Amino acid sequence: MISQLIFAVIFILAIALFTYNIRKIVRNIKLGRPLKRSDRPKERLKTMLRVAFGQSKMTKRPVAFVLHLFVYLGFVIINIEMLEIVIDGLAGTHRVFAGLGILYNFLIACFEWLALGVLVGCAIFLIRRNIIHVKRFFGVEMTKWPRTDANLILIAEILLMIAFLSMNAADFKMQSLNQETVIGSFPISQWLVNLLPADLDALHIIERCCWWFHIVGVLAFLNYLPYSKHLHIIFAFPNTYFSNLHPKGQFSNMESVQHEVKAMLDPSYTPPSTDQPVRFGVKDIQDLTWKNLLDAYTCTECGRCTSVCPANITGKLLSPRKIMMDTRDRTAEIGKNIDHNGNFSDDGKALLDDYISREEIWACTTCNACVEACPVNINPLEIIVNLRQYAIMEESQAPSSINAMFGNIENNGAPWKYAQADRANWREVN
Amino acid sequence: MSDEKIIQVPTMAEMLAKGEIPEILFWVGCAGSFDERAQRITRDICKILSHVGLKFAILGTEEGCTGDPAKRAGNEFLFQMQAMMNIELLNGYEVKKIVTACPHCFNTIKNEYPLLGGQYEVIHHSQLLQQLIDEGKLKASGGESFKGKRITYHDPCYLGRSNNVYEAPRKTLEALDAQLVEMKRCRSNGLCCGAGGAQMFKEPEPGKKDINIERIDEALKTEPEVIAAACPFCMTMLRDGVKNYNKEEEVQVLDIAEITARANGL
Repeated sequence: MISQLIFAVIFILAIALFTYNIRKIVRNIKLGRPLKRSDRPKERLKTMLRVAFGQSKMTKRPVAFVLHLFVYLGFVIINIEMLEIVIDGLAGTHRVFAGLGILYNFLIACFEWLALGVLVGCAIFLIRRNIIHVKRFFGVEMTKWPRTDANLILIAEILLMIAFLSMNAADFKMQSLNQETVIGSFPISQWLVNLLPADLDALHIIERCCWWFHIVGVLAFLNYLPYSKHLHIIFAFPNTYFSNLHPKGQFSNMESVQHEVKAMLDPSYTPPSTDQPVRFGVKDIQDLTWKNLLDAYTCTECGRCTSVCPANITGKLLSPRKIMMDTRDRTAEIGKNIDHNGNFSDDGKALLDDYISREEIWACTTCNACVEACPVNINPLEIIVNLRQYAIMEESQAPSSINAMFGNIENNGAPWKYAQADRANWREVN
Repeated sequence: MSDEKIIQVPTMAEMLAKGEIPEILFWVGCAGSFDERAQRITRDICKILSHVGLKFAILGTEEGCTGDPAKRAGNEFLFQMQAMMNIELLNGYEVKKIVTACPHCFNTIKNEYPLLGGQYEVIHHSQLLQQLIDEGKLKASGGESFKGKRITYHDPCYLGRSNNVYEAPRKTLEALDAQLVEMKRCRSNGLCCGAGGAQMFKEPEPGKKDINIERIDEALKTEPEVIAAACPFCMTMLRDGVKNYNKEEEVQVLDIAEITARANGL
């Protein structure tokens, strides 16, 4: 009874803490500007099912895809096992779903195979990151914490799976020693049986320890998510649901500018009045949309975007992954500022310049390779272009040749300095 | 030059004066109008359009930059000024269908002008060529033979990834009976030529290499006789890359319209 009580307290505390932290992140995301992304629900659902649930964009890198699939399926399906563990913990039962009979045996066998898959997957991931040094996992933005974060996740998953398999092994051995009919099927953990003592009391202690380690570990891991890139296991779903459904080449239209341009071209046009002074482009987090911020919290730092970025490939400073990580770091910083002061009090910093430099934003070719590469439909390009908009329209700060190009378009209707009257001269030369 | 001739290309204004309406507007674009190399592509497209008997017109001196480089560089004001002036012009002529050889113009008019009141059916010249080949109006015959030649096609970002046009340009090359060799990074994984996002108009940021050199390194690995382009910006970048390796004699960079025109002896 005491253990049930302890379990209930731990469980409720873990869920409450997790909810508290996620709500903070949701509040941070809501710091972004409004954006309509709830149209075409069918298409959105399909995109989510295909991209997040179906992992369709992962297939481009087959090795990583297969390994990730093990870990992903393990995560999704072992949740059924988690349900049993939670019910057992709260009700004081043991293997409450055992009544399912053959189906139960089948499920447990599946979990064991998946646990092995997760174990192997995570082990190879660790090797790829720390021994083979896959280039994607390095780069200026991959400082100490992002790398530690990745390793912590992998080690935690390995420990959890070891606990799960040891628990099963101990349970299996106890059942065999008691000469009971064996409940469950243990294709993987049976290999561990010989490593365990033959003493029933000792086995019981091992089984309980593993059970507690496993469930407390899972709850601790759940509460680690809000502080980690691993949050993608949750946010990948809403993030793909709210994907941009327009062609990638269509950059968003600035309505605030539209009103001004209309008024310039037609003096009789009266723009609708706005309450707030509008800032053109993006200087800080509050100028981005909530989707940009959701993107930032969804980023797994896998570096697929950076590894296909033509600017990055050729040694320029730009890394789309860094754009996303900077955006998240700055959002989190502003979130903390709000927690501390009740409201955001100016800290003299901004996303542009303090996090992302001008050199980075001007290196982008807007080629959309990063957008195409992201397995969870994140768009770093939009943030880059919006930062350029601020530099141009609020500050008039652009590389001088860009200003020259603007001048040519304004004066001659072409980015080069040729006379408008000569536009059709190509007809006369051959 | 012996074959020197003035191509008869009417403007919308000229057509209107005669009370005629063209089937399609050919949006030439700034590069196609002013860049000497791109002008050759422009003329070849006109030859193809005349050859198949399509009634077309250009805007001539009335055409202005779509605003693509301004928008990508972050100058939304300038972009919208250009866009609204162009839309007013196009709507004034009651234009319904537009073809262009520039993926940047294509993308902007197709995807961004509708948000500002300009609704047109916009196609890239590769799509028109594919359509003409499919309809049997264009055959790769009567001109230079590309049979068996090694050709590698470079996907322009604003045609491929931005608008999912991957097959049309390849169809025009398949019609040649040539040997199409793909680069490692092609279709949705294609590598940018380095000119998009207004990079065409500025020096690249410091790095270890220029983007077009990275791209040409990859293209040359396929040992091509022809590198096929479908964008005037890509054309410039790819040609510079080939020049960088002094390979102009061995490797030609040609637009798919030029290849088609040559194959048809136009």
